Amino acid sequence: MSLEIQDNEVDIVIAALQPNLTALFEAWRPFFSRFHIIVVKDPDLAEELQIPSGFDLKVYTKSDIGVLGATSIDFSGHSCRYFGYLVSRKKYVISIDHNCLPAKDNGGLTVDAVSQHMSNLKTPATPKFFNTLYDPFREGADFVRGYPFSWRDGVECMLSCGLWLHNADYDPMTHVVKRNQRNTAYVDAVMTVPYGVMMPMSGINVAFNREVLGPVMAPALRLRKEGKHRWDTLEDVWNGMCAKVVCDSLGYGVKTGLPYVIRSDAEAGEALESLKEWEGVKVMDAVHPFFKSLELSGNATTVEDCIKELTSIVRKELGPKNAIFAKAVDAMEEWTKLWKSHGIHSA
Amino acid sequence: MATTVTVPSASVPSTPLLKDELDIVIPTIRNLDFLEMWRPFFQPYHLIIVQDGDPSKTIKVPEGFDYELYNRNDINRILGPKASCISFKDSACRCFGYMVSKKKYIFTIDDDCFVAKDPSGKDINALEQHIKNLLSPSTPHFFNTLYDPYREGADFVRGYPFSLREGAKTAVSHGLWLNIPDYDAPTQMVKPRERNTRYVDAVMTIPTKTLFPMCGMNLAFDRELIGPAMYFGLMGDGQPIGRYDDMWAGWCMKVICDHLSLGVKTGLPYIWHSKASNPFVNLKKEYKGIFWQEEIIPFFQKATIPKDCDTVQKCYLALAEQVKAELGKIDPYFIKLADAMVTWIEAWDELNPSTTAVENGKAK
Repeated sequence: MSLEIQDNEVDIVIAALQPNLTALFEAWRPFFSRFHIIVVKDPDLAEELQIPSGFDLKVYTKSDIGVLGATSIDFSGHSCRYFGYLVSRKKYVISIDHNCLPAKDNGGLTVDAVSQHMSNLKTPATPKFFNTLYDPFREGADFVRGYPFSWRDGVECMLSCGLWLHNADYDPMTHVVKRNQRNTAYVDAVMTVPYGVMMPMSGINVAFNREVLGPVMAPALRLRKEGKHRWDTLEDVWNGMCAKVVCDSLGYGVKTGLPYVIRSDAEAGEALESLKEWEGVKVMDAVHPFFKSLELSGNATTVEDCIKELTSIVRKELGPKNAIFAKAVDAMEEWTKLWKSHGIHSA
Repeated sequence: MATTVTVPSASVPSTPLLKDELDIVIPTIRNLDFLEMWRPFFQPYHLIIVQDGDPSKTIKVPEGFDYELYNRNDINRILGPKASCISFKDSACRCFGYMVSKKKYIFTIDDDCFVAKDPSGKDINALEQHIKNLLSPSTPHFFNTLYDPYREGADFVRGYPFSLREGAKTAVSHGLWLNIPDYDAPTQMVKPRERNTRYVDAVMTIPTKTLFPMCGMNLAFDRELIGPAMYFGLMGDGQPIGRYDDMWAGWCMKVICDHLSLGVKTGLPYIWHSKASNPFVNLKKEYKGIFWQEEIIPFFQKATIPKDCDTVQKCYLALAEQVKAELGKIDPYFIKLADAMVTWIEAWDELNPSTTAVENGKAK
């Protein structure tokens, strides 16, 4: 697979949860300007967006989302970006939160997160066995002694989960207790998440193969008191676990690590408000054991069939535990319908 | 005009030395000159030197180190017929050192491994980092995307279940190497000039049910938690395979750690690996292993240990049975190896009579 990035194979998707996107776009201009950009405005946001010129960019608003008609999917808040996935016509999507800017690496060079995500997606993943030198396809690295040769071709990487410096993606409890802690460790590694291993995917800085994974990249799980802060949500964590189960079942790879973005802490201090009602603690304590022991039958050979199998198991086993799980399944089923009617096309 | 200002001390707790609780095990056939560079970090500790090869040769230990040294004659004398499980003419003999140690922790290092520098140019105290790794919990049940959440400046990310945040006990700390990377012979031959120059500033737990190729060059473990599983197999003289000693221990160890809910960490610390062994010699040693590993690893990935195995020894013996039954079909070597695994446990229990998981009052 050529590592060259074609302009017409990538869409950048930005969810606008606040109106002024000038600083965001100016900072990312060197890396975004060659690509088509999809901006999805939070349907709850009233003000006009401020976006600098010079980009190949389209803004989608509440009325565009309304074209989908009545749907059980709630596209408000951080979920609005998924509409961008639906309308994209490119093979790959890269999505970064509105409060994230390009980071600098340990050598002081500005990180091209787009290029790193594409490198992650265009080089194989190695989920069958853990390589202790991390991504063996990176320059200057390789498979270590003891790594079976028949597994060195790797598998296609479908999902690239990046990280964040400064304001790390913590739950509200951790934000409150460790209010002064900032993530300053730039860990110079990309690694494959092994088969059967679950992790909490953060939607702040992700990229994926839309053509393949699109049907599972749904805004399904909504907490009852979901708000506009990242710590008020778990929709990406749920999404990531579903995507991982599907990837594991179909033999695709998921990577984590680079690229870093730098995330501002404009909201610092507001986490206390979210503490009272944060359903996330209960939810994750139910979700984790479920996913840990989950293994699809292996009969499903497409993403859609995997989702069908997954949703029926979720409905049966998690549905009784909390109403939000039954709603999540409804949303996932709805999403596969929407994907068929609106999302399945490519450029 | 100078006023004294009291600067609040950093809230980073200092790492305990554990000098009476940790042994450093070093296999060697040549000399121990490399210890000079490690002196500032190793001198407080007791060394167990396992001399491989010709026992009539005298190994010179630099002045000022407290050590015990065992050569082949000692191994034969101490273990009698059970000495057959300890490899001859291979650094796998180091596991004899694990067996005779009376300490809670082991750090093992190769004699061509030196002190590395971190990106700021500071010497890395590898032993201190291993101790940090072993004394803090692991997180094997869910992958934390910010790696080790117990490290200074890190934490569990959003979505990490609170019920898992106490973590699991850490049994093994697997360190890495700058300069000469730990490649197999074919890779060494194709990339003779490749050097590992990338300092990845992370420690992470290897998730449960995930296996990895464990390298014995820079390794530490809690002997009380996992010691009997750290058998380095039958390698070297009279054996069809070499350079798979640490691999073998790593596979067995990880299956058992997963069964007992113990954690295995990998990443920091780095050491500086100075010597690239001869790739042609390596190829001869590894050759069978390169083919066998294709079947061995799936075997370990599928291996399960009966629920009632609640000690490392019981787990290990259960594994040995499966090795004999399943891998014995590949080559008779594995039947011999399975028998040696049993002998190892017998020898371990003989030399360590009270190794049940009883806490012996060494509260910290």
